[in-house]
Amino acid sequence: MRSTIRKVTTMWLTVGKPLQRLNQRYGLTCTAVCVRQLHSSATQFTDSSYDGLYPGHIHTTPVQKALLAVGSGVAALQNPYRHDMVAVLGETTGHFALINLRDRMRNDPEGYAILTERPRIRLSTLDLNNMATLPDGSFGREYLRFLEDNHVTPDSRADVKFVDNEELAYVMQRYREVHDLLHTLLGMPTNMLGEVAVKWFEAAQTGLPMCTLGAVLGPLRLNARRLQSLFTSLGPWALKNGQQSRCVLSIFYERRWEQSVEDLRQELNIEPPPVTLSATKKGST
Amino acid sequence: MNDAMSLGIHRLWKDMLLHVMHPQPGVRLLDVAGGTGDIAFRFMEYVRSQQERQQRRAARSMQTPSWEDISTNYTNEDVEESKESRAVVCDINKEMLKVGKEKADSMGISAGLSWVVGDAEELPFDDDQFDIYTIAFGIRNVTHIDQALQEALRVLKPGGRFMCLEFSKVTNPVLARLYDAYSFQMIPVLGEVIAGDWKSYQYLVESIRKFPDQEEFKGMIEDAGFYCVQYYNLTGGVVALHSGFKL
Repeated sequence: MRSTIRKVTTMWLTVGKPLQRLNQRYGLTCTAVCVRQLHSSATQFTDSSYDGLYPGHIHTTPVQKALLAVGSGVAALQNPYRHDMVAVLGETTGHFALINLRDRMRNDPEGYAILTERPRIRLSTLDLNNMATLPDGSFGREYLRFLEDNHVTPDSRADVKFVDNEELAYVMQRYREVHDLLHTLLGMPTNMLGEVAVKWFEAAQTGLPMCTLGAVLGPLRLNARRLQSLFTSLGPWALKNGQQSRCVLSIFYERRWEQSVEDLRQELNIEPPPVTLSATKKGST
Repeated sequence: MNDAMSLGIHRLWKDMLLHVMHPQPGVRLLDVAGGTGDIAFRFMEYVRSQQERQQRRAARSMQTPSWEDISTNYTNEDVEESKESRAVVCDINKEMLKVGKEKADSMGISAGLSWVVGDAEELPFDDDQFDIYTIAFGIRNVTHIDQALQEALRVLKPGGRFMCLEFSKVTNPVLARLYDAYSFQMIPVLGEVIAGDWKSYQYLVESIRKFPDQEEFKGMIEDAGFYCVQYYNLTGGVVALHSGFKL
């Protein structure tokens, strides 16, 4: 597969060179278009010559899935910063939860629109300059502030590999990309306590085994003060809102940047957080 | 990663290679595709212990030396240094060599080792240079195996030995089924969990299946011009050690 891609790209490059020389005579603006076309056709070829149901899909037997679930679980417990292992655990154990989520999305008109249009949240699809000009308190502005304060980017989400259904793979991908937006919506930073609170919300909402596992094991790494905060105020709030809120995957966030956070919370039936947490240094428990 | 996949048995395979090789002090080794230096380190260790054994044997036979013996040995003491063995590690990947060099420095075995970047199909050495040529788990990844074999013939001295350690066909059908199941179910999973790379390890087990079996590879070595070609099956045929001589 790799050798065909190389052959095709060299073919395109040899075609491109005389085209470029031609353009140098007739104007420099055309060269940029040609180069971009070359690049996109090369990526088009790489995207279309994948082996599976979707780009990045790897076929796995049930035995392999079981081994992956166990192995990734152990690896994720040993090193919680191995996000790829958490991702693999979610994919291999989340089959029924994903079906449930997909059905909930189908029954919601906005969710159905998402399933048909398949929006992706990536730096290349977000208009960050426009979002920065939005007023304070609007969802887009707060999301941008969250990204800056916590030094995260929406492009760090791993691609789905082991889900054997194209639509369910998209649901899983959407869940991953919505996670950061959920942080903004719930007002939780990316430190351990904030992450555990979001995990409790997600476990109640989605029922994904990986979320439940994270929700149960996450508190083990918290100190006593934060545990108290979790069990007395944040935890019950997260669980209650996870159960009563509208399905968070069914919201077309990309069309709601101008909406205020308060308004969005009311629409989704989410109460504001009982405690305001600030973004502290990552790694401190 | 190798330890996880082979459950540590790869160390025994490499030890067996050295045992069959049985190198004596003063021998020049070329280890191709030996990036991290596993074979080269074992070689230096083996040769060092062989040298110690020889010295002890010599000392034992010299318990009651005559005045003549003492005077001749007194002048010969400086000549002992010429028995130093040298090992050259050649690999197409500079990063692997870097890792090997660091390992050597941390183990303290840097004397007598050279690290050279090179392609097995076109070795950067003159003819008739080495006494032993080894390639451990590398020839499977060479695009033109016959070219690599011809290069091996070229750089070996007359009387030199070619030794190749490589994955091969398991003969026992029960073991073969177990081995296939383990390879295809477990190895890519281990690759994903430990290294985060499923596809490379899928490629690994597929490339093992595509490699010629023991007899076919023996024929290829004979075609290249080696004599007295034989092979030893290790772990029931999971790994085969092929050996041939340039005469």
